[in-house]
Amino acid sequence: MEKRTFSGTLFDSINYLVLAGLMLLTIYPILYVFLASVSEPSEILSHSGLLWKPLGFTLLAYQKVFENPMILTGYINTITYVVVGLGINLLLTSLGAYGLSRRQLKYRKQITLFIIFTMFFSGGLIPFYLVVKGIGLNNTLWALVLPAAVSTFNLMIMRTSFEAIPASLEESARIDGANDVVILFRIILPLSLPVIAVMTLYYGVSHWNSWFNAMIFLADRSQYPLQLILREILIQNDTSAMTAGLDVGQTNIVGETIKYATIMVATVPILLVYPFLQKYFVKGALVGAVKG
Amino acid sequence: MGLLAFAKELKTNKYIYLMIAPVLLYYAIFHYGPMYGAIIAFKDFTPAVGIWGSPWSGFGHFTDFFNGIYFWRILKNTILISVYELVFGFPAPILLALLLNELRSAVFKRTVQTITYMPHFISLVVICGILKDFTSSGGIITLMYEWISGRNLGESLLLQPEMFRTIFVSSGIYQQIGWGTIIYLAALTGIDMEQYEAARMDGANRFRQMIHITLPGILPTVVIMLILNLGQMLSVGFEKIILLYSPITYETADVISSYVYRIGLQDFNYSLSAAVGLFNSVINFILVILANAISRKLNDTSLW
Repeated sequence: MEKRTFSGTLFDSINYLVLAGLMLLTIYPILYVFLASVSEPSEILSHSGLLWKPLGFTLLAYQKVFENPMILTGYINTITYVVVGLGINLLLTSLGAYGLSRRQLKYRKQITLFIIFTMFFSGGLIPFYLVVKGIGLNNTLWALVLPAAVSTFNLMIMRTSFEAIPASLEESARIDGANDVVILFRIILPLSLPVIAVMTLYYGVSHWNSWFNAMIFLADRSQYPLQLILREILIQNDTSAMTAGLDVGQTNIVGETIKYATIMVATVPILLVYPFLQKYFVKGALVGAVKG
Repeated sequence: MGLLAFAKELKTNKYIYLMIAPVLLYYAIFHYGPMYGAIIAFKDFTPAVGIWGSPWSGFGHFTDFFNGIYFWRILKNTILISVYELVFGFPAPILLALLLNELRSAVFKRTVQTITYMPHFISLVVICGILKDFTSSGGIITLMYEWISGRNLGESLLLQPEMFRTIFVSSGIYQQIGWGTIIYLAALTGIDMEQYEAARMDGANRFRQMIHITLPGILPTVVIMLILNLGQMLSVGFEKIILLYSPITYETADVISSYVYRIGLQDFNYSLSAAVGLFNSVINFILVILANAISRKLNDTSLW
């Protein structure tokens, strides 16, 4: 063990201080939004500067958010897109990763190249838009889940993970007459729960957070995912749907805290989940970083 | 190789090919489909007559773009944002990883990691919404700016063209600094502990150990990441740009991809937009190839 020296202690102290400051800086925006969301709207409006405790206390903004039918449908739509999307993602990514990890496959190299090439070259936004519209996916859920069915990056993570499973495990099954479908679902996947957890997190978060494809492919507001509703409220500053029934003076005042409450409602679910998956996704990020 | 061998291979591994077929179909439709569709960059495309019905226009849209008034503006903005990201955003996670590596308390280290990963999981729309609120007139970032600069803005900081890139790049660092450390922390675990022991014997203090052992230990990873970043120099994504910019800040905020989006999906100038997009794709591809070739020369490591 290293003996404590003055310079070493000084170094440690500064390091702890810097990192504590960084944590505060990272958390503070969310803390501010939370504190403001439960504060009295009129006090927030007249307050300027940092917040360290709520100014008064009311859940009025949350009540308004939950009463807003668009938030509710947005939530339901997003959950639908996440569930359907994830199902397709996990199925296709497993199938693809299985194929790419089979050494007996003669055209493995060519197929891998066919897939990897798309990471480095794309046809561009407009041709993509025209393809999705051209096959008639616009205004349906499929416009959101099919174009995002496989992420090449995630596919490579899963392939690397499958390659690490010893071939001896499947050999006896093969002798017993099991085909590749059985081997994937009965042998490979049950051994791959950590990587499946990572895939679920990566794909799930990306569906939960995505908004652009919904914006360009969906016309009907009743199909909007949560993020698109959030965009109207947060970016385009439209809280009118939630302030209906309030008089004009109140409308402006509550509108501000409604924004904060909306942010909390949309963000808390993911913030509650990710810390528990931390050890898995760190591993996943690393497998992906190793060259394919 | 003959057709017979091909058929035999398909038969031997028929289940595998059947399993991988939907994946290949996905890539064919949603990735190669648009590559084929990029032909409209060389046509005067109108949706009513389709790709083949539309007349050829050669390189007309490309020359229109190169000679247009926005070419230099969006090229400059794209490069400047990339350069800022490279200068300020790239070293940030490396520095954080070095500091994390010096921590003796595993609990504290884990806490810092968990907290700094958080912004990576917050949606872009929410991040931009918070940014918009904090940079509004009277918002806490605007107040801080006014306090430091001594100016009284009276309007949103986000509407100041000279501030856009700073806001864009620093919020990007906020979102990715923690997540970016993962790869460097992994590289750090590969450093031989005996080297530190030896350095300590020689009387090297902690700072010198960091400079002479830790930093060289992660250098290969740093170089690869740097090269990857160089390959991305002209691919600033449009999602965050279009959430944050406004006509007032186009002069500093509009980049190639946001321009592609605007002229294509807002002005419905499909062919011109496709031409600009194709130009961008080709340049990006060349940059990645170059970056990879340099990496192979310097480092003996390459992406493929």
